[in-house]
This record gives sequence, C-alpha cells and structure tokens, in this order.
Amino acid sequence: MLKAIGVHSIDDLFSPIPAEYRLTRDLAIPRQMAESEIVDWFKQRAKENGEGYTSFLGAGAYSHYRPVVIDALVQRGEFLTSYTPYQAEFAQGTLQAIFEFQTMISELTGMDLANASMYDGSTGAAEAVMMAVRITGRHSAVIARNLHPEYREVLNTYATHQAISQKLVSFTGSGQIDRKELEKAVGDDTACVLIQSPNFFGTIEDVEAIAEIAHKRGALLIVSIAEAASLGIVEPPRTADIVAMEAQSFGVPLGFGGPYCGVLATKEKFVRQMPGRLAGQTVDKNGKRGFVLTLATREQHIRREKATSNICTNQALVALMVNIFMTVYGKVGLRELARQNLAKAAYGADQFSKHARVLFAGAPRFNEFVVQTSEDPYAINSRLLGHKIVGGLPLKKFYPELGHAALWCCTELTTRSMIDTAVGLVAESERSVRSMKDAEPEEVAR
Amino acid sequence: MPYPTDRKYTKEHEWITADGTIGITHQAQDSLGDIVFVELPKVGTEITMGKAFGTVESVKAVSDLYAPVSGTVTGVNETLATAPEQVNKDAHGSWMVKIKVKDQAEMNALLSAADYEKFVSEEAGH
Amino acid sequence: MKHVTRKATRHINQNEGLIFEKSSPGKAAWKLPPLDVPEVDTAKLLGKQERKDLGDMPEVSEIEIIRHFTRLSTWNYAIDLGMYPLGSCTMKYNPRVNEFVARVEGLANGHPYQAEKISQGALRIMQTLSDCLLEITGMDAITLQPAAGAQGEMTGLLMVRAYHESKGNARKKILIPDSAHGTNPATAASVGYAVENLKSNDRGMVDVAALAAQMNEDVAALMVTNPNTLGIFEQEIHKIADLMHAKGGLLYMDGANMNALVAKARPGDFGADVMHLNLHKTFSTPHGGGGPGSGPVAVKKILEPFLPTPVVVTKADGTLGFEYNRPQSVGRVRAFYGNFGMFIRALAYIFANGPDGLRQTTEDAVLNANYIRKGLEGVYDLPYSTPSMHEVVFSDKIQAKKGVKTMDLAKRLIDYGFHPYTTAFPLIVAGALMIEPTESEPKEELDLFIEAMKSIAQEVEEDPQFVLDAPHNTRISRLDETAAARKPVLRWRPEGKPV
Repeated sequence: MLKAIGVHSIDDLFSPIPAEYRLTRDLAIPRQMAESEIVDWFKQRAKENGEGYTSFLGAGAYSHYRPVVIDALVQRGEFLTSYTPYQAEFAQGTLQAIFEFQTMISELTGMDLANASMYDGSTGAAEAVMMAVRITGRHSAVIARNLHPEYREVLNTYATHQAISQKLVSFTGSGQIDRKELEKAVGDDTACVLIQSPNFFGTIEDVEAIAEIAHKRGALLIVSIAEAASLGIVEPPRTADIVAMEAQSFGVPLGFGGPYCGVLATKEKFVRQMPGRLAGQTVDKNGKRGFVLTLATREQHIRREKATSNICTNQALVALMVNIFMTVYGKVGLRELARQNLAKAAYGADQFSKHARVLFAGAPRFNEFVVQTSEDPYAINSRLLGHKIVGGLPLKKFYPELGHAALWCCTELTTRSMIDTAVGLVAESERSVRSMKDAEPEEVAR
Repeated sequence: MPYPTDRKYTKEHEWITADGTIGITHQAQDSLGDIVFVELPKVGTEITMGKAFGTVESVKAVSDLYAPVSGTVTGVNETLATAPEQVNKDAHGSWMVKIKVKDQAEMNALLSAADYEKFVSEEAGH
Repeated sequence: MKHVTRKATRHINQNEGLIFEKSSPGKAAWKLPPLDVPEVDTAKLLGKQERKDLGDMPEVSEIEIIRHFTRLSTWNYAIDLGMYPLGSCTMKYNPRVNEFVARVEGLANGHPYQAEKISQGALRIMQTLSDCLLEITGMDAITLQPAAGAQGEMTGLLMVRAYHESKGNARKKILIPDSAHGTNPATAASVGYAVENLKSNDRGMVDVAALAAQMNEDVAALMVTNPNTLGIFEQEIHKIADLMHAKGGLLYMDGANMNALVAKARPGDFGADVMHLNLHKTFSTPHGGGGPGSGPVAVKKILEPFLPTPVVVTKADGTLGFEYNRPQSVGRVRAFYGNFGMFIRALAYIFANGPDGLRQTTEDAVLNANYIRKGLEGVYDLPYSTPSMHEVVFSDKIQAKKGVKTMDLAKRLIDYGFHPYTTAFPLIVAGALMIEPTESEPKEELDLFIEAMKSIAQEVEEDPQFVLDAPHNTRISRLDETAAARKPVLRWRPEGKPV
C-alpha cells in the first residue's frame, strides 16, 4: 500500500506533523492484553463493585427487571454499529424504531409528540427550560425544590450563561410543592414552572392545580419525570406544556449512572422550538411509506450558532432499549408493573412506620418514601452493608432540614423478605439508640 | 423572470411596496428550494432596516428575512403558516408582512426592479 | 447488462408494519412474579391521580417483538455489513469484547449512589481510563462527565469562561475556523459567547496572519479541530497556540479527529489548553444509530480548578472516592458521573491495543485514507493538495458538470453496498465528499470501495440520469423530505381517531 501511495515509509505520511511534536516513545499505558485478560480484569472490578448486594436505592436511577430480549435485539450489529440515520434509504430500521418510540412516549406522557431522545433526565429538564424561554420570550424560571437536586445543579450550569434567573419554591409537610409560595413566585416574567412528579421524595404532585397557577400568568409548565414506571398507574401530566423524562426505568441498566435516556415531549404547537432529533413519516417516490429525520433546521448542523441546542449525538441505542421494554410490557403490562411497585412501596413504608417516622404521609406516592430515624442514616447504612444490603439514600446533603432522613425505594424486584430484613435491622438500631437515650436522661433535658 | 416595477428591492432579496407590504423575490425562493416553513413576527413588532425580522426554511437551510426599511408590523400573512409552498409558486404574489413605514426616506435607498435584476445577474456571474 | 453492481445484491427482507398495527387485546410478552406483599387499593392510594388507561400502547407476543425488531434491523446498514466511510465520524469496528465486559454483573447493575466502599471497581475503571486518556492527550486533568462530544465542547467552553472570569474578564467571543463542525458555533452561543469566523488559507489551514489580525483581548478562545475537517494537520499549530497565549486567550481543541494522532502526537505537547474526546469515535464505543456517546474533556493545569463536580480522587486511606467540594467548579453538566458504560468499553479498547496497538491503529487509519486518496485522485476533484491524515476531502466539481452532485453520488454508492461518505461538509468545499475509512478496513475492502467510486464516476459520464435516480437497490427510493417538513407526522395515530 505504501508503494501504491508512493511513499517509502509510514513515517512519511506523518511528515505534516512538525518533528518536534511527533511522539517517539511508547505511550505509558498498560501493555496490550489478550481478550481473556481483559475479561478477567473487568470481572475483578465487578467484584469490588457491590456485586450480590440488595439495594433500596432509587433517587433517579431505578432497579427494574430487564427482559432478556432487549439485549438480544440491541446487540444486533445493524442497530449497534450504525450511525445516525441521515441516509434514510438504508437506515429505515432505526428510523421506524424512533418513530415508534416517539409515539409510545407521547402516549405515555399524555403529550402530542416526543423527540428521539436527549442525554438524560437532567439535561432534558435543562433543555426544556431553555425551550420555554424561547417560546415565551421571558427569562426567569420557577423551580421546585423537590426536583432532583442533581437536576437542579445541571440546570444551574446550563442557565448561568443564558441569563435565565431562577426562583426556588419549597415543599410542604406533605412533600408536595408549596402552592401558596408558588402563586407568589410566578410572575409576568416567568417563562416556566419546573416541577418533578413523582417528585424527589416519591410524592405525586397535583399537576393540574400547578398548571393552573403557571398558565394564569402565561408561564409554561414543565414536568420532569425521573421514574418512568410511574406512568403505568399515575395519571400523566396532560396539562403540562413540556414533559422532560428520564426513561432509564424502561429496560436500561443502572450502569453506575449512565448511559441513560432523556426524552422531551410537548404540545404540537411548540415542536419547532424543541431541541433534538425527530423522525417523521413520509413517502418515497413510489408512494411507499418511509421515515426520515425531519425539521432538521432547528439543529446545530444547519443553524449553527442560532440552533435550538448544540445537541448532536443523542442516546439512540438506549432509546431502542426503552422502546423494546415498552413493547414487551405494553398497555397491560406497564400497568401491572406499576401496580406491583406501588404495592411494594406501600408495604415497605408501612413496615418502616412501625419503627421509625415515614415523612410526607399526606400525599399519594409511587415507589419511594422518606424514612426519618434517630440515628444518622450513614451509620445505619454502613451496618446494613455488613448484611449485603444497600440502604436508602441519606438526604442530609441535599435537605439538611430533614435531619436523619433517607430516601428508600421498592420496586417489583424488592422481595417482602428483603424489606422485612432491612426493616428489622433499622428497627434494631432505632431501639438501641432510644435505649441509649433513655439511659442518659440529662442529655435529653439539656 | 420579470421583476414587477410596482415595488422596490433589497440586495438581501426582499421586495417592498410603497404601502409597506414585504415579501421575498423569485430569485430568493429559487435559491432556497422547497420552502417548508416561514417564521414571522407578531403584529405590533418593531422591525429595523437591515435587521432580521423572521426566517424562511427549506429542508436543509434557514435564511433570515431582513427588513428593507424600519417600521411597525401591522399585518402578517397567516396562510403561509400552513401553506409555505405558496412562496415557491408565486414569490411576488405571496406577501409576508405589512408594516407601517417609519421613515419614507429609507425607501429611496432601495433598488428598482431594473437595478435588482442587474444585481442578480452580477451575483450569478461570480 | 449495463449497470451491474459489483458487490451488493438485494436480499430478501420482510415487509413490516408499525408495531401498533400488529397489536390486539390479550397478547402479551411479559410475566410478573406473584405479588408477595398485600394487594393495594389503587383508587384509595392514588385517588384522582390514578391512571385508568394507557391509550394506544401495543399488545404483542414475544415472537412478534423478536421478528419486528429483527426485520427492522435488516433495513439498516452498519459497520458490521461493510465499510462506513463517514468523514469525521470515525466509524471503526466496535469490538464485541467491549459489549461483553460492559454487561458483567456488578458493573452493569451498580447504582450511582451506592456507597463508595462498594464502588471501588467502578471508580478504578474511571481512574484508569482517565490516566490513559491524559497520557494519550498530553494533558493534566480530565472530566469524564459529558454525555457526548457536543456536551464536552460546552463543558470545555464553560471552563474557558470560568478561567477568564477568575482573571476578572470573561471576554466576549470565540474564534472558529470556517471549516469547523456546526456544534462549535452552537456551543459557543450556548455559553454566552459571540462567534467570529476565521477564514482558511488556500492550503486549507488556519490563516495565521488573519488570526493575528483578529486576535485581541476580547477573544476568549480559538476552537480548532486538528487535523481539521479537511483531514489536514494544522502545521502551524504551535504558532497558533503562541498567538492565542500571547494575548491571554486559550486554545480549545475539538478532538473529533484524534484517530489521526493517538500515540503519534499529543495535543498537550503542541499547545492545546482544553480539548474534548469522542469515545464513540476514537475509542471504538458503538454509535448505536446515533448514541450514546461520551465526551471527556481534558485540560491543562490552569483549568483544573474549574472541572465539573464530582471528580475522582484517591483518598488518604488509599481508596478511591468522589470529591464534591470544588468551589471554582463550573458545576455539573449531567446527573451522576457520565456515560459509565462507555468508559468500560473505551478502556477495554485501550487494553486490547496497548501502546503498540494504538500506534498501529493510527498509522493504519492514515495509511488507509491516503490509499483511497491515491486511488481516486484524478477521478474526483481534490480541492486541496495538502497532505491528508486520516481522511480525505474530494469535491463533485468534475461530476457536477453533468449535473450530478455529491449527494447523488452518495446515493449511488449505496447500491454498491457501501455507506456514503459525509456529503457537503466541510462547508468551505463546494460539493464535498469527505471520506474517512478508519484503520478497520482491510486492503480488499478499500479496493472494492475505490472500484465502486471509479465505476460511479464512469456512470456519470455515460448515464448521469441513472445516478441521479439512485439508489436503485434499496427497499425504498428517495424519500419526500419536503412533505415531511411541511406537514410533520411525528407519531402514529389509529385510523379515524381524532387528533
């Protein structure tokens, strides 16, 4: 090949790089490994990574069963090793799958249409706020404090240089957004109200009432959904203007936080302000149905600095996992799945409430609940680890006012015996803390 | 393509009539190709000479619409929202916005039909 | 027969409707275990929040699902089927061992909030990958958090901005060469900077004199892709870096084309201050029909305080952990820690190659591109004679005389069993054909590709209309994109159901 090109050595091909910048040594990285060594290395890492533990963690990343057909199908090379479907004539598989994904997400969220995916739930929520700013021409956003704290952090990063000001609205004793405070916070300069439902505490918000408050002042309502499985049994936010969802629950592995699958859904009239890719139906020159990426003029490769977003690569393969999951469970299965989650969490909360305080009892919840203990949940969790149990997420870091509180999650994979064991261990620690306190009455008196 | 003499033209390929009706030229629609969307300002919007006031989109391109003169929008052609293809069919008969012209003197700086035609043929020559 | 295609033939593929069109009540592909806790009264628990109906969600059986998606898959082209020479997309082979190790239990099931004590495996993967990428780029510090290249760009520019702000002046604009990818200007705008275009010179490189004239204290950074989108190495890169640094500006390097440099040259050595990598390009993680990607951002020491939170650190007791307390950080760009599944795959790729393998990879990528260039020179117009690195850009100038444009040639290439090259980009070449073969292609596949391209050029001479009507061998012919954009149909609805 060198001869065909007309050069003497491979180095000649690198002559455009000035000699002083050419690397003449080996990279100081691990030596080349055989496949068996690579597999061993990663299996070792897996052993150091909570393999075989039972977990009660949720908080934006949920443990649901993944039907095996998902991996069987997404590992087909035609899906796995293809690019963004710009050449529609031989990317119809990906395009039709996206079209079906958009349809199912619209149906589940109660919106008119949905895009082909965003990076994740957090960036999706931030993009939704910027979309609302474009639509309304207003520059401030009202954010619920019970929106996932890391979503709020991401929004802060995105909003800083877009000159979008933010107001935070607190929550009441039921865990829901404080609607009186919300009324005051929403003004004529409010582009949108951003809430989460079920919110970060697992509590379901009264979306309709919140929509009314937002719409009265001409603001849009954005609903972030971190637990997609809730849509099987919780009424979707039909009165919202934009839904920003994390679809990880639908067949995407927990994978230590990613890749996940964000998605935006909205009303038809807002489609031209929506970021991200969209597949649309059309016909070929023989009248045969086919699908193409459409409304591309919103995107960076055409509009450059005036684009709706700089998003380019999205989460197509993960969206395909979500798509297959939704197809497997379908109209009836998604409801039954959600019902089991609801029942498990109801049982869990009930059991915990016998030994500790379960907060936010006044409002409906889905599959998460907040347990307040006498002892620091970090200490409890560290003891639970000894029993190969990963306890709930301590909330002190995000909500110091909740004291020794932790967010627990039960899904269809959480068995009754797991719940009973965890509750038993927490109960034990509660009893010992209380008896310690009883033994030191003067401490309490002070 | 004859350019109607009842109006003035810009080098950005817009036309404007004496009463402040604005559209894009046949040349503009031709170079854009199939127009799929026209984005126009609301009635009451102030537009400024030489500044963008809207966009026209084809499948793979977006072009800004530049105001030939300054003024206030008094009417918007709503039919283009659902039938943007009219611009392709009859660019000189498909108006986009009507404005109340702020300063008639600004009109004097614009091109006549003959000047515009000459400009288009020169541009094509490059 | 006149137009015999030399490689591809049609094969049987089934027609397949939308999944909704196969749905009927009672069919199911799911089964849940019996509920081991008391049943609940959903109406009582949820009240008016209870959902009664899931609308038009499908009901189908498992075999129907397998067939549905398998049939759809057969309508796709893929790297596994043949060469995919999309310029600047680096469509290289996606090793299957990557997929295997990413699914190892413990890694695939790790929860992002599980205690650090039981996350040492994941943390070690992140740290090892970080160390490797720093060595490859010659930079000092890195974040793996950005979800894709475009988000990496945003993260990088946020750090640029934070750096300038820490010096008391955020500055106003970003310089971007006219050959740049569209995400560059879109990103600059998203972090509040104005964009100023920088013209390329007649050799396809940054015009250093023009840069010197445009560079001033208002410029925060120059975003440069190196090799650039023409596949040309910016030979005066160090002068460019010096010009930027002399006026207090930073050099941002878009790492989209790192496949031309790995183990041969390091951006950190030639003056880059901040750069992003695309693990789904250079480091073999699959494109998956458009994601997920992963866009780590590597920086020089001066930018380290501004990295997104959290960062992986070694703690006093020798274990790994996350550090959140970083007062100068630009903040978070996404929830959790990034596309961890892609980190596993990229690291497996680095292990499978090692120092020798990575060098060989880069050499082969450049060799392959130059082999194609030599094979097609003269047949297609080469707008820049400057040496090519890992990709080569031709133009349709010769074929356009017959009315055949780059997109038409691309559509005809489909009939020969190849994915088209990147069309009409970079924008500075009218009618561009941007070809990047990657190291994965054996000489035999390259020869087939060259032969196909030559054959198409001949067809243009003999029967341009035939090429204009391509593709001829696909399931569907060219689609009406205008109709799709004028009256968008973005979802299925049952017939007769009101919108």
